[in-house]
Amino acid sequence: MQIYLPIADLPVNIFLILGMGLAVGFISGMFGIGGGFLMTPLLIFVGVSPAVAVASVASHIAASSFSGALSYWRKRAVDLALACLLLAGGIIGTAAGVWLFTTLRALDQLDLMIGLSYVTLLSAVGGLMIYESVRAIFRAKQGIPVQMRRPGSHTWLHGLPLKLRFKRSMIYVSAIPVWIIGFIIGFIGAIMGIGGGFLLVPMLIYFLRVPTATVIGTSMVLTLVTMASATVMHAATNQLVDAVLALILMAGGVIGAQFGARAGQKISGEWLRLLLGLLVLAVGLRFSFELGVKPDDLFSIRVVETTP
Amino acid sequence: MTARRPLMLAVAAAALFAAVPPAAAERLIVSLSNHRVAITSSFDGEDLVLFGTVERDAATVPRQRGYDIVVTVTGPRQTLRTRRKDRVLGIWVNVDSRLFVRVPTYLGIFTNRPIADIARAEILRPLQVGIDNFLLPQSIGPDTADTVRDDPFRAAFVRIETEKGLYRESPSAVTFLSPTVFRAAIPLPAEVPTGNYAIDVKLFADGALIGRTTSALEIVKVGFEQYVANAARDHGILYGLATAMMALLTGWFASVVFRRD
Repeated sequence: MQIYLPIADLPVNIFLILGMGLAVGFISGMFGIGGGFLMTPLLIFVGVSPAVAVASVASHIAASSFSGALSYWRKRAVDLALACLLLAGGIIGTAAGVWLFTTLRALDQLDLMIGLSYVTLLSAVGGLMIYESVRAIFRAKQGIPVQMRRPGSHTWLHGLPLKLRFKRSMIYVSAIPVWIIGFIIGFIGAIMGIGGGFLLVPMLIYFLRVPTATVIGTSMVLTLVTMASATVMHAATNQLVDAVLALILMAGGVIGAQFGARAGQKISGEWLRLLLGLLVLAVGLRFSFELGVKPDDLFSIRVVETTP
Repeated sequence: MTARRPLMLAVAAAALFAAVPPAAAERLIVSLSNHRVAITSSFDGEDLVLFGTVERDAATVPRQRGYDIVVTVTGPRQTLRTRRKDRVLGIWVNVDSRLFVRVPTYLGIFTNRPIADIARAEILRPLQVGIDNFLLPQSIGPDTADTVRDDPFRAAFVRIETEKGLYRESPSAVTFLSPTVFRAAIPLPAEVPTGNYAIDVKLFADGALIGRTTSALEIVKVGFEQYVANAARDHGILYGLATAMMALLTGWFASVVFRRD
């Protein structure tokens, strides 16, 4: 069944989009991530322009992270104070990202920027995740206990001023690195059309030593607010958010996420991280292939101005 | 008063003669199947049909080689940039671009036989018959001018638009049902832009333009599609807030429906 997308100006098969929403939702539920880094490339692949894809996926991630955040909230697994401070950076980062997005689009380099960010970020994060999880799997086999949180180990980050106590996460850290992490995630999310959950969770664990109990719930609250505000900002500045496309994606995404979450509980943490790492790396390599291999068509067109 | 009347009659007669071509020429009459195409949620392209007839009178000279029809359909104008990628430090980057100023979003040129057979190139070029002869102005520095036909940017632009089905040239889209009655098929692809379209019908005989008429059509988004598109354009912030609210509602709904604790 074909449906006409009013902003993307393109007819698409509603079941194809719904199926993509379901598949990405399944993965996002399984790994506890937004799945934007998969959804945006898929939409570009079916013919949605990169700009509309990035802007519309933001609202899709807002929906799936809200549904996730609510269930973590009920389990009291959200550190609201930490989330609020991350958000203070996140909102400003998102605004900066939307601004850069608009500027690059005017300079005809948006596609390149999206491609390059995907390659560097996904390859690096995917590689690290694979390395870390393989090590954890070997350790578990050799019977060495894995210490996710070493209470005594302080890094230079803990020496920074403006220290705050986050009760639910039971950490005592400076506000500066928290704010910076929020800014980075908001900034990257707005440009790449990703929630940044797969970046934020490791950052919170490794840099701030946030315990695993609160890290995913807190990260989902941040993702929710940055993506909801990215939706509003993209709509206000670039008029690129396709509400019809977003609604179909959301519907598929939230359903898929429920099944994914159930599947995820059957796999151990290290193997889950290894799978996610492989997935992230594969998407990164796919983008590097695109940048490095001579494109079929060297020419492309961008509409500058439509005159009625 | 009485002296003025003959003068007025003479002026009227002169105006009449100026408007109506000499008696020897044919009159071209066309009718379009649908002047308003509505884009709904199930829009998947549409084919329009243009019917026309060549009216002759007793004084019309016989045309041994028959008539030729050229239907040119132009969509609303837009300014766009055609970009060319090149390898920079091992990756493919947009390095060069040209600005195409106010070119049609849709350009269809439909004829009853290959354009080159209809008339000589010197006649077709100023009349902009055929995509190759159509003016696609590029802005080059302070000037705006069309380039040579085989300019790589022009060729790439036409090729990409043709692949999208938005630029098309068909030498078989016009069929003569009788020596003077014809029909033309105008295909509109699913991605057709909305706006006002101009239809220009030219009548050729013996390699010369002998008649011309125009028609118009309008492609509009209707109902929900129009509402969404207008809302996004005119009330960006409200539209964004509404979409964000919709996201929250969907997420909340899912967490309630699938709640297991």
